[in-house]
Amino acid sequence: MSDPATLSRDARIAARLNRRYAAERRFKALGFVAVLFSALVLAFLLVTMTANALGGFQRAELRFPIDFASGAMTVDPAQLEGANAMQVLEGAGLKDVVAFAASQSLGDAGAAELPDGAWREVGEALIDDPSRLGGTFQAALPASDDLAAALRKDGQPQLRGLADQLAAQGKLVTAFDWGFLSRGDATGPQDVGIWGALKGSMLTMLVTLLLAFPIGVLAAVYLEEYAPKNRWTDIIEVSINNLAAVPSIIFGLLGLAVFLAIFPNYRSAPLIGGMTLALMTMPVIVISGRNAIKAVPPSIRDAALAVGASRVQTVFHHVLPLALPGILTGTIIGMARALGETAPLLMIGMRAFVASPPDGFTSPATVLPVQIFLWSDEIDRGFVERTSAAIIVLLLFLLVMNGLAIYLRNRFEKRW
Amino acid sequence: MTNKLLTFATVISASALLAACGGAQNSSRDQIRAVGSSTVYPFAKAVADSLAKSNTAIKSPIIESTGTGAGMKLFCSGVGVAFPDIENASRRMKKSEYEDCAKNGVDKIAEIQIGLDGVAFAEAKGGLGIKLTPEDVYKALAANPYGKPNTAKTWKDVNAALPAEPILVYGPPSTSGTRDALKELILTVGCNANAETKALKDSDKDKYEKICTEVRSDGAYVDAGENDNLIVQKLEANPKAIGIFGFSYLEENADKLMGLTMGGIEPTYATISDFSYPGARPLYIYVKVAHLDAIKGLREYVAEWAKSWSKDGLLAKQGMVVAPDAVLANSGRIASEFTLLDPAELK
Repeated sequence: MSDPATLSRDARIAARLNRRYAAERRFKALGFVAVLFSALVLAFLLVTMTANALGGFQRAELRFPIDFASGAMTVDPAQLEGANAMQVLEGAGLKDVVAFAASQSLGDAGAAELPDGAWREVGEALIDDPSRLGGTFQAALPASDDLAAALRKDGQPQLRGLADQLAAQGKLVTAFDWGFLSRGDATGPQDVGIWGALKGSMLTMLVTLLLAFPIGVLAAVYLEEYAPKNRWTDIIEVSINNLAAVPSIIFGLLGLAVFLAIFPNYRSAPLIGGMTLALMTMPVIVISGRNAIKAVPPSIRDAALAVGASRVQTVFHHVLPLALPGILTGTIIGMARALGETAPLLMIGMRAFVASPPDGFTSPATVLPVQIFLWSDEIDRGFVERTSAAIIVLLLFLLVMNGLAIYLRNRFEKRW
Repeated sequence: MTNKLLTFATVISASALLAACGGAQNSSRDQIRAVGSSTVYPFAKAVADSLAKSNTAIKSPIIESTGTGAGMKLFCSGVGVAFPDIENASRRMKKSEYEDCAKNGVDKIAEIQIGLDGVAFAEAKGGLGIKLTPEDVYKALAANPYGKPNTAKTWKDVNAALPAEPILVYGPPSTSGTRDALKELILTVGCNANAETKALKDSDKDKYEKICTEVRSDGAYVDAGENDNLIVQKLEANPKAIGIFGFSYLEENADKLMGLTMGGIEPTYATISDFSYPGARPLYIYVKVAHLDAIKGLREYVAEWAKSWSKDGLLAKQGMVVAPDAVLANSGRIASEFTLLDPAELK
């Protein structure tokens, strides 16, 4: 006969223990599901984007041979050295030679689908390597937008027969379009490139980093290490925290009202874009920088001061290097947000058609997210794939930028 | 103390120097700048592209798509390299806008009509195929048709001849030029069908405007943003919905969408160019005449427009509706002589 009281107590404990274990398992499972969900969403995004973008990195090309050896065009290769080589080729009738070769190989209907400016690509190839003038050159030129659409079984039905016929002969193929990475914006999906927007993004980010990083770090150092604790610093602290939460479009209005009022001529320039985004990024760097500096143990400062280091030496030799990984994390978050930002840039005129890639910080430019936004609104359906390709380029840029920051962070990371 | 003052002085002089650099740069610009309508934007792009390709000495113009209203504001803010040279407009300049321009010294403007666009009503292939009139659209979409709150839930409530399907229309937001055209060309026309409301125009203009152009906000009219591709997608997903957008989108998506007749007339090139389709509207560019000699390539750019707007030209290929010959002849004359806009003509 066992004691009923003990038994029931044992059973109660066992039941409670089971409940606690069950709760533990439930919590673990929920956490796992959460991770799984985010991984699935990410995978879905990447897979659909990449699948779409594969077409965006390609273009429909017409391939046909051009016989320069037969002497339809007489150009002295030495003339192709100078700056006006293209004019020399134009004067020698390269355009007609290309058009003639196209109609010989593709037929008149096919040659009609060669865009007007396509001969320039042949010209560039000749300038690259003048020896091509002595032989037969295999030209691979972009097809017109209409023919490219017909090849995708899209657009005008009357061209589809021609597209199928040329494709069957191997004269119309979709090929990887290296030019996409080196051209600027254009009107037709066959001619567009991402380089203009990519370069614009790089210049803008450089300005943002050069302004926001030093100002943000110095502000963080001053507030943590030097500022007296009084009402004023409290107000500043609250203001900076609020600034980090301000919607980005407000910074665009600020850029419009302040920067563009001072430099009215730099509308759409990466300089103004970078300055506007720097305003947005700086509070994030200040906040993360302050937290990182606060996390450096006081013993490090005390030790440095004890061996006779000055305040500046303490900060720059000991505190900042130890705080740098944390500061860099904040910088990554801030810069990544700035890279993907469109709203403030719309206000300062970066939502524009800029065909030539920017020459410098002050020439008109657009940036990747704005370019994606502009292309997604295009009428021509060839732009759908180009838009996905631009998104992939943006993601890769983000990856490279973050990778660099993570590399730097790991290099500076110290443990104690 | 002196140290701090010194730092302060350095900062001030540095920013002054920076501003001076900006000032020095202000004296020249080698790229044309155009702002304005998102409807004209693709056409302006095509012309800019074609100019840059045919004339390598000229840098490709910068075209900003700001919407007609915001573009007018920028265009009218002054003369000088800091201000745009051309305004793309999907409606005519308003008198108030011209006055704003003139106040800022922009009184020499050339107005060039480049072509036409239509506000098309469309649905997915295999949709309801309903036949609309401006009156039906007004009754279905106005917030207070003829002064009474809108209670219409289905098309049948609007007009007994239409099917008993719920009203669901995707259209442009209130900032869009297409929305202005919808108001002026369709809603106001439908509104004027009632003599009593029409009489309000003279007695109480504000009330008339409100009754005639305010669109309902109870979910029957869905504001789809400036992205017309989005409307196309929504229509494909829901064949019973109707979309409102520029004619060029209908043209490009002809295999997915079909245009709805308006007053018995289908939206086509022919009906829009002779204005028999009620939703036709002219497109303009406004050129700052004072900039013609100061900005390199501006004359050539305008000439490129004139080259592109004919029947077999570049713009027709892009989906623009070609204007009637008399209009084109007049526009061509303005594009070469830069006749000034007479403010008395504006409303």
